[in-house]
Amino acid sequence: MALTDEQIERYSRHIILKEIGVKGQKKLLEAKVLIIGAGGLGAPVAMYLAAAGVGTIGIVDADDVDLSNLQRQIIHSTADVGKAKVKSAKETMEAMNPDVKVNTYRMFVDSTNIRELIRDYDFVIDGTDNFPAKFLINDACVMEKKPFSHAGIIRFKGQLMTYIPGQGPCYRCVFKDPPPKDAVPTCKQAGVIGAMGGVIGSLQAMEAVKYITGVGKNLVGRLLTYDALNNDFHSIRLPPANGKCPVCGENPTITELIDYEQQECAEAQHGKDL
Amino acid sequence: MTITVAGEKKEVKDGLTLPELIVNEKVETPEYVTVSINEEFIQRADIETTVLKEGDSVEFLYFMGGGC
Repeated sequence: MALTDEQIERYSRHIILKEIGVKGQKKLLEAKVLIIGAGGLGAPVAMYLAAAGVGTIGIVDADDVDLSNLQRQIIHSTADVGKAKVKSAKETMEAMNPDVKVNTYRMFVDSTNIRELIRDYDFVIDGTDNFPAKFLINDACVMEKKPFSHAGIIRFKGQLMTYIPGQGPCYRCVFKDPPPKDAVPTCKQAGVIGAMGGVIGSLQAMEAVKYITGVGKNLVGRLLTYDALNNDFHSIRLPPANGKCPVCGENPTITELIDYEQQECAEAQHGKDL
Repeated sequence: MTITVAGEKKEVKDGLTLPELIVNEKVETPEYVTVSINEEFIQRADIETTVLKEGDSVEFLYFMGGGC
């Protein structure tokens, strides 16, 4: 598959990079990335991956665009309020780059559907806003041997780590089990500075691009944290993959996916679609 | 003694315990924080009885669930 003249022009800033070149751009065009959540994190990830020419992007979200989303979910605009988020996201991505095929999944991921959903994709982005989903994505990716980027944001802070099968710890190696519901605040309760989604989401897109093109090092075995108020990026080294981890360890005790109880806030937000 | 907390060197009293450090550092949601010392995770059950030593490097890892 040769690049067209238009593609050579469109992706010229990638092609010039010796680490990427035409070869790397072709890898991006042939890649498939699934983004779970079209919100504060998913929005910038989707836009940067579409711009980069990732050939197939899947986007999962059950919600409609809400006015309060627009402060940070930059893939959606005022005219999209009331529209399904996946539809709004698809329109933005397609307008940005006709090379990209967008698959929309207007649904919640759960233990019955996630493994089949992620199977077709090369890399998964966790853009969700609740711990049950984050643990579900982790466990499913471990079981399906899919690399994924985990991230979280709140107030003026954010963090991310990357799981690549066989190479480093998974999210559960570090964080064991979800906190009790309502123990840790959500963005709705505590707030989040809009650009934080952009900072951390862009780093997630970067992780996907590096993985697909084979360039540089992925954020494996490290949790990168950002504190915007103190201008502090801090990389915490994580212990190697824990042979005793209940899901990715040598003798897994978690062999079935778990649907943890949702926080009331998440239920209230999503409940209207049920 | 000198220890490192979240990448910064700090002077603390000898024999400082981990629970004391957690209070001093005003760690948020201390019941749910994950702690590593010298890149080894401390089991939740052991946090109460852990005493810090000269040169220890402590990191606090937080649950961050937003992405919305």
